[in-house]
Amino acid sequence: MRPFDLQRPDSLDHAHSLSDGETATLIAGGTNLLDLMKLQVETPERLVAIDRLGMNAIEDTEDGGLRIGALVTNTATANHDRIRADYPVLARAILAGATQQLRNRATTGGNLCQRTRCYYFTNIDQPCNKREPGSGCGAIDGIARLHGVLGTSPQCIATYPGDMAVAMSALDAVVEIEGAADTRRQVPVRDFHCLPGDTPWRDNVLEPGEIITAVILPAPVEGKQIYRKVRERSSYAFALVSVAAVIAMEGDTIARADLAFGGLAHKPWHDPRLAELLVGKVPDAALFDRAADLLLEDAQGYGENDFKIPLARRTLAAVLAEATETTI
Amino acid sequence: MTAHLKQDEPDTENFLDTMKQGVLGKPVSRVEGLAKVTGTAPYAAEYPIENAADGVIVTSTIVRGEVVSIDKASALAMPGVLAIIDDERLTTRAAQGTAGEAPQQGPTQVFFWGQPIAVVVAETFEQARDAAKHLKVEYRAEEGAPLDPSDAEPEEQEDETVDQGDLAQAMSRADHAVDLAITTEGHASAAMEPHAAIAQWEGDKLTVHASLQMLNYNIAELADTLGIAEDRVRLVSRYVGGGFGSKLGVSEEVVAAAIAAEQVGRPVRVVMSRQQVFQCVMRRSETTQRLRLAGDGEGKLYGFGHEALVSNLPGEEFAEPVLQSSHFLYGGANRALKLEVARIHRMTAGSVRAPGEAVGMPALEIAMDVLAEKSGIDPVELRLRNIPDRDPEEDLPFSSHKLAECLKQGAERFGWDSGARSPRHTLDGEWWTGTGMASAARVHNVGEARARVTLKPDGTAEIRSDMTDIGTGTYTILAQLVAEMLGIAVDDVLVQLGDTDFPRGPGSGGSWGAASIGSAAYLACRALRRMLAEKAGTDESELVLRDGAVDGGRSLVELLDGEELSEEGHYEPGDIADSHTASGFGAFFAEVRVNRFTGETRVDRMLGAFGFGRVLNEKTARSQCLGGITWSIGAALTEALHFDPNDGHLVNCDLAEYHVPVNRDVGEVEVLMVEERDPVASPIQAKGIGELGMCGGAGAIANAIYNACGARVLSFPMTPDRVLEVMPE
Repeated sequence: MRPFDLQRPDSLDHAHSLSDGETATLIAGGTNLLDLMKLQVETPERLVAIDRLGMNAIEDTEDGGLRIGALVTNTATANHDRIRADYPVLARAILAGATQQLRNRATTGGNLCQRTRCYYFTNIDQPCNKREPGSGCGAIDGIARLHGVLGTSPQCIATYPGDMAVAMSALDAVVEIEGAADTRRQVPVRDFHCLPGDTPWRDNVLEPGEIITAVILPAPVEGKQIYRKVRERSSYAFALVSVAAVIAMEGDTIARADLAFGGLAHKPWHDPRLAELLVGKVPDAALFDRAADLLLEDAQGYGENDFKIPLARRTLAAVLAEATETTI
Repeated sequence: MTAHLKQDEPDTENFLDTMKQGVLGKPVSRVEGLAKVTGTAPYAAEYPIENAADGVIVTSTIVRGEVVSIDKASALAMPGVLAIIDDERLTTRAAQGTAGEAPQQGPTQVFFWGQPIAVVVAETFEQARDAAKHLKVEYRAEEGAPLDPSDAEPEEQEDETVDQGDLAQAMSRADHAVDLAITTEGHASAAMEPHAAIAQWEGDKLTVHASLQMLNYNIAELADTLGIAEDRVRLVSRYVGGGFGSKLGVSEEVVAAAIAAEQVGRPVRVVMSRQQVFQCVMRRSETTQRLRLAGDGEGKLYGFGHEALVSNLPGEEFAEPVLQSSHFLYGGANRALKLEVARIHRMTAGSVRAPGEAVGMPALEIAMDVLAEKSGIDPVELRLRNIPDRDPEEDLPFSSHKLAECLKQGAERFGWDSGARSPRHTLDGEWWTGTGMASAARVHNVGEARARVTLKPDGTAEIRSDMTDIGTGTYTILAQLVAEMLGIAVDDVLVQLGDTDFPRGPGSGGSWGAASIGSAAYLACRALRRMLAEKAGTDESELVLRDGAVDGGRSLVELLDGEELSEEGHYEPGDIADSHTASGFGAFFAEVRVNRFTGETRVDRMLGAFGFGRVLNEKTARSQCLGGITWSIGAALTEALHFDPNDGHLVNCDLAEYHVPVNRDVGEVEVLMVEERDPVASPIQAKGIGELGMCGGAGAIANAIYNACGARVLSFPMTPDRVLEVMPE
């Protein structure tokens, strides 16, 4: 860990004035950042701790949704009565991640910004275009078990590791972001994270100086909510594949099919074509197969992670079968 | 005076059974438990040693070659940095267990990625770590070092080779033949406490607080490494936060701290990072095994073959002893066993949790399951039919042998269905459920041990040895043993361990600790009992001590009359080891479910039935078994070291990515201890416990996976992708 300055602003304005520029890094729960600082993957000169900025309430919105403050802990979100009742996919996704101790510290905004667990990213003696642009990618010809099969680039095949954002993507939540000079913007979670492309160092659309202030959940919808996380051990492991689903039926046909996937890409993966295909159809094994065909048509494995392609297909089928009460 | 015994004869007297205090074997809670759970039991790095500087190890970023130069000047210019040390005495690997001499030294020659090459010392840990990360090192890299076992020409370990009868012919005329290739991946010990040491010199005397398993050997290894006499070194390891083999031999941080403390003239603490513990201490070799079984129509083996390929660095003597129990577990006149080592440039392979059987037994037990299916014989029955009367290779008697009892009692307790077995019999929602079983075996070892027991005038006792307690319960069983023999309360025995100023014990490793140091304590107590018997005017064999008094007579305090009695017990393994085959035996039963969509396996229930001689503490023994079974689950389902194919570095080098089982992975676990006294194993009739719990258990889980979903997976760990690959639709 390098020496750094620690600053603790007491207002958002103050925070903006401190964090404007390249040298400052925001810290909330620190569950990911501190580890990366110890490994010198992150070497901020200044840490701006935003723990005094409030932003720790979950409030009803006018349209019947919820506004989750950026500093609400994962534990508080997962245990919130309305989230458990109206957005169970979110509660379950959070509880499927990390450990109780980590969830007690981890925050909503911080969780969205957590960085990949790619082994080459976290080892500063290995090449990584995300950590050190232009140094190469150790994973593509190395051990790629954790890595992506959708939306990868020749520069980077890392995955976004989280669970919470996958559920938020299925729920079509919106990230509320405040920049300096009172500029406020809203970005759908589905657009918040970036694909690696030629800029693998860029995890998300936040600009320097911008601070996440909240995540807004739209009004709850009818339907069954499922979060299915496939992993080798049953806790404290990142997803090999995960599926967040909000599925509603009308009679014999599917009326809603909001799906997002974890473990497959540099971002929670949402493919709007899946809902287009599924809605209005009678669920059966063939339909689920077609959905998987669509989802995975451009999927590319890197040896070690080839298994994710059939695993995603099977997990999607399991989730759709469960949600639609279809025997396959 | 020393009470010495070199055991050359079986001890069937079972003298301990005549003791009357009634505490030995009882489920006494750990005597140091409160200190541990309240955080007051100091671990190596926690000793409050004044003015200690911090050292951080620097590791290589090439695979093979040499260090040409290190830019010390720039690092020394960094804040707080006191020294950059690349002394030629620095060790680059840990010593192998019981080596008793210096491991590989000389940090300029690099043999694997992540090898220690220097240590940076600074005022604070953070400063040292920053400087270590910044240190510029120039290498001359040597290309083409083999990184994968398949890249190297294997060397045969000739002392492991058995070629008895004609296995090929036996296979060709067998009613039922099994010929399988099974692989296991590398394992890390994954102890919670990282490797840590604080070294301080007073004059020419060195004291190191370290986290080590075998001080008696470690002191010799450290002295040899530093080129000084052993009597100038003191090692202290009172509490060790798990070893699992990784702390058997003196490791790099101990040597680094000692040399650094000498050079900067003040105490130095060196703690390995979690990544370093994974990357440069010890690994268990991956294995490629071939199992051949030739059975007759009745399921009786007449051919038995087990071959294994393992790996290690050039020059390392250790070869994962995969075949260790295969030599004697089952009969079969025609035998072919062979162990080969590929020399590759990954970090050192050494002892990790039950070296050998932990990976050899599960493979063998899969082969037995396949044979049971082919022969149409119940798997428990198949094993019962193949228990040999004598060691089938050495033609020696067994010291004692409870495999049959463990199989029968375990099967009954588990509710094993001995009816016809076919896979995919029960689908519960998305989950296939099934059962499987396996035998357990782990060779029994003992080592030379000394302990001093002192009975004080106030009727309390103290026992001292440099023996370690690595979380296994040594403190507690020694308190019980002394209390039992001297007829006093467990609380009245002070156990002092983990200090080389005390008589030398065997250390903890290979599950030999309890039987070895327990025997030394036993011998010392026998001597004290003889002294007391003399004072009481009776014969030791007649002397009944209970509740601080001679039974029906004078109290110990009266008997001692102000005198202190003290004796050192000295136990040596004798010739008896050459005339018997001694092993712990057992049986595992598992019930698992496998998800039909995702291939995920969860262990709902496991039972282990074990015979390991006299049980000294029912609770700590059971805990050892629970731990072993938990590791069985890890070996079966999740644990695997992944090495980069391009430079051989270990990629998953922390507890987030190296998947040991978590609480939720461990279902209901039951332990059955079969009553046994082994007259050959030790004078206290006890055998090793800890490792037996993982010697075969992964095989029971593998067989249960097959019984559940029909996937005969032949590679450990059985991760979802591997299960799906062979799971019938």
